[in-house]
Amino acid sequence: MTNHWTDIENANAILIMGSNAAEHHPISFKWVLKAKEKGAVVMHVDPKFSRTSARSDFHVPLRSGTDIAFLGGMVKYILDNDKFFHDYVVQYTNAACIVGEKFSFSNGLFAGFDKKTRRYDRSLWAFERDENGLPRRDTSLKHKRCVLNLMRAHYGRYTLDRVSSTTGVSRENLMRVYEAFAATGAPDKAGTMMYALGWTQHTVGVQNIRLAAIIQLLLGNIGVAGGGINALRGEPNVQGSTDHALLYHILPGYLPMVQAKWPTLADYNKANTPVSNDPQSANWWQNRPKYMASLLKSWFGDNATEQNEFCYGLLPRLDEHGDYSLMYLFDRMYKGQISGGFVFGTNPAQSAPNTHKTRRALSNLDWLVVGELHHTETSDFWRGPGMNPSDIGTEVFLLPSAQRGEKEGSITNSGRWLMWHYMAQQPIGESRSLGAMVVDIMNAVRKLYRQEPGAFPEQLLMHDWPQAFDPDRIAKRNNGWFTRDVEIGGVAYKKGQQIPGFGNLQTDGSTACSSWLQCGSYLDSGNLAKRRDLSQTPMQANIGLFPNFAWAWPMNRRVLYNRASVDANGRPWNPAKPVISWEDGKWVGDVPDGGWPPMASGKGKLPFIMAADGYGQLYGPGRLDGPLPEHYEPAETPLARNPFSGQLSNPCMKRMISDADPLAKPADKRYPIVLTTYCLTEHWCGGGETRNTPVLLEAEPQQYVEMSPELAKEKGIANGDVVVVESARGRVEAVAMVTVRMRPLPVEGRIIHEIGMPFCFGWTTPKCGDAVNRLTPAVGDPNTTIPEYKVSLVNIRKADKVTEL
Amino acid sequence: MPKAFFIDTTRCTACRGCQVACKEWHNLPAVQTRQTGTHQNPPDLNPFNYKLVRFSEHLIDGVIRWYFFPDQCRHCFQPPCLFTAEDYVPGAIVQDEDTGAVLYTDLTRHLSAEEFEEVRHACPYDIPRRDSGTGLVSKCDMCIDRVKNDKLPMCVNTCAMGAMHFGEYDDIRALAEKRLEVVRGEFPNASLANPDDVAVVYLLADEPERLHQHAVAQAPAPMTRKQLLARLARPLNKASRA
Ligand code: SF4
Ligand code: SF4
Ligand code: SF4
Repeated sequence: MTNHWTDIENANAILIMGSNAAEHHPISFKWVLKAKEKGAVVMHVDPKFSRTSARSDFHVPLRSGTDIAFLGGMVKYILDNDKFFHDYVVQYTNAACIVGEKFSFSNGLFAGFDKKTRRYDRSLWAFERDENGLPRRDTSLKHKRCVLNLMRAHYGRYTLDRVSSTTGVSRENLMRVYEAFAATGAPDKAGTMMYALGWTQHTVGVQNIRLAAIIQLLLGNIGVAGGGINALRGEPNVQGSTDHALLYHILPGYLPMVQAKWPTLADYNKANTPVSNDPQSANWWQNRPKYMASLLKSWFGDNATEQNEFCYGLLPRLDEHGDYSLMYLFDRMYKGQISGGFVFGTNPAQSAPNTHKTRRALSNLDWLVVGELHHTETSDFWRGPGMNPSDIGTEVFLLPSAQRGEKEGSITNSGRWLMWHYMAQQPIGESRSLGAMVVDIMNAVRKLYRQEPGAFPEQLLMHDWPQAFDPDRIAKRNNGWFTRDVEIGGVAYKKGQQIPGFGNLQTDGSTACSSWLQCGSYLDSGNLAKRRDLSQTPMQANIGLFPNFAWAWPMNRRVLYNRASVDANGRPWNPAKPVISWEDGKWVGDVPDGGWPPMASGKGKLPFIMAADGYGQLYGPGRLDGPLPEHYEPAETPLARNPFSGQLSNPCMKRMISDADPLAKPADKRYPIVLTTYCLTEHWCGGGETRNTPVLLEAEPQQYVEMSPELAKEKGIANGDVVVVESARGRVEAVAMVTVRMRPLPVEGRIIHEIGMPFCFGWTTPKCGDAVNRLTPAVGDPNTTIPEYKVSLVNIRKADKVTEL
Repeated sequence: MPKAFFIDTTRCTACRGCQVACKEWHNLPAVQTRQTGTHQNPPDLNPFNYKLVRFSEHLIDGVIRWYFFPDQCRHCFQPPCLFTAEDYVPGAIVQDEDTGAVLYTDLTRHLSAEEFEEVRHACPYDIPRRDSGTGLVSKCDMCIDRVKNDKLPMCVNTCAMGAMHFGEYDDIRALAEKRLEVVRGEFPNASLANPDDVAVVYLLADEPERLHQHAVAQAPAPMTRKQLLARLARPLNKASRA
């Protein structure tokens, strides 16, 4: 989230899209209701009418996978009707920047597409730059290649009729949302967007969010109270785990992962340190070498020296374009290229797409270690449906793991607040925290390495590895300490002292910090994540900002890009709800996004400090699949042609290729129905934990499928019947929940039916059903490879024999 | 002063935190349920679910309405269940003087099958349920153990949406009236359910029957002669609360 939970209360308009906030992030809804009470309009756009819709002002059903069409229509509405926040857009975004002549867009493809590699040459999308390397701008917005005019041309195609026919949303409903949300383009109004996996889990997932951010920039909603682009993240600690690089392509603090083409630290720094000659651009990532050096120093301790590039050479490296994400991992496992592995805190045999393939892939392993609270579909895959244990050679170790209440540590909430939680009771039996397992296992491996030779000994032995797992020590290390006595900016620091903030990090090895984002969270005075102090100034109280409660990265800033909430003189655009304000020569309110004075002083910096040019990126040359979001149909689509272009699906999407990965044809007659999948309130993610919590299982005991009465009638299905849902990859039994909450959608001149199923039910819980992911395809977004769980094509029929329920 | 609840169905998101918390606090075992084509589960109140969130959906003039009703005992000021049981097994159902909580005791096991049916039938909200194993009749006990220790009832404590409140009856009543005025714009059919008669005041988002068949009091069954006589003979302080 750019903002945070309590800030939702400040919004005048709330667009919940790609999320079922009330069900999946229940606490977020407390703040939605508070905003609603104060007069905010709450809109829910989603294929299914859910508990969120029930408490919103209105619900708008749309066809899964058409969010870009929906939002593209909103961009057109905003531009056509001059609803954008003019000063903000011209001064703070790249609307006025002029794109080079090589850029083009035609028939669904941007310039530079290579059909063979299915990749773009992104250099063709670059801005025109002057002799100093600054982007050329036309602040009159007249130049035909300035970003705003390219957007007018691009989204001019997103007419009400075409959007309505693609999404299945009536023109009236489109206008209802567009008008209500675009009204927040006024300087004294704010709109927030709340999204979750409903936007990310698509082959166009990243561009869904890009387009949402574009709208928020056009309306001046980024950086202000009640605004922002707010990914709802929850108990799985998605925020904390991405901050700490639980994904293969990044290192902690969103530093890019090392690639084979950067053999030295100097190469890495050269490739990853952007340059700007604009004195008004903070170009924050120019500091990357400091963060990388401090990270390496933290990992390798005394072994890391300037001479050996802080052991940079010991890090594993990615091949260029190499993809090591979940789906590729299982694809390689399926093809016999992986012999063993650890699965902690996830249940892929239940929650990865195309389950049949995933489960068969696991059986190709020689060994598998699972750290879990309970037996899951992953730990017990070898005795699952259709498996013959005597045919499976995989040796499986199940390490009993401690439950949340049995361990202490930090969780980073959706609003980037680092919050310490305490152990309520000792782990039962021999169960242990995952941290303790990892530390001890590696210590055992290190011991073996010291006794006998093995591959890559330095990689294991050079680490500054702890003797035992200590969450407090790790929190300290995340903040970082000085490795020797130093003087920085006239202040002397002693060896071993905690680093007060990432402004102090150095490239010379004098600082060790394993997550620059968390630098400032654990000072000599203590762990700020433990703070529960509600004190605030009246200005902070006015917008529900609690600077002394826990700690937010970066540097306890609660609203990101807050310098965009003020004009060139540092005066808030909305004087009624200031986030920061320049008063008597200093900033008050939130921690400003950099302490420079306001822009008008001539010494200020542009507010979007993470972008090299300093501007909010309406036009974003960085993503793999285009500088502007464009509607493409999902990998499995009920349409034979894309109403917007000749390019049916995302030309760059990732797709697994194997005998186990069939896809339905476009408009496949065998599978005419759209399936979308989701979680539900009563179960947590894949259900491995909550299906073992009897009172929760009582409330949601079995696999169901939600469908409209119209579809049920067509198929001769009554409420409560067991039905079979079938895709090109598998079949699933479910109880029919026939409900008016699912509406048939008029799309491209016919009716398209959509059904929905939760993914939490698995066979290890008797008679509750089994993985819905047996139906979903292994296709993904080109930028993140997140699977397209939200759309697949299926058919349904009444079951003549029930085996799973 | 009797204690009272205010349950605002216009704020309830049916998260079922209250339903689950009630079970956990009372250490009630999970019951075996099946998916039958609705999210409402267990399907009805039972001896192990004192609180049940009821779901009801409607398509009214093309607009989908989905209502949630966290059902529980209303702790009636003049509890018909108590009056009925009193005739058969004195002390089976009692009313706590301080709080007004209507409490079912171990003596309920001595009610015969017919007598229990009569007690259940007397309840205008169809609340009491019997455990066929132990013979005990049970329902919401206002978390009397918590309330006597100055703690909120568990369901109220759990609700993050501000859909449930607990306090002194007069304050609760005032809160309910005020909230009713606020929501009239969005919910023109909203009303308070029998607010003069019960300690659990519901703000109903729509016509009562659109939320639950027993959202408001059903006319009680005519009293038997015996019941009538018994009621007339009852000392005043027992029959009149509020
Ligand atoms: S806890 Fe509150 S919001 Fe949740 S179901 Fe109960 S009353 Fe409704
Ligand atoms: S609601 Fe029913 S069970 Fe509860 S006190 Fe009233 S009559 Fe008795
Ligand atoms: S007051 Fe206590 S017993 Fe009654 S419904 Fe709430 S939690 Fe259950």
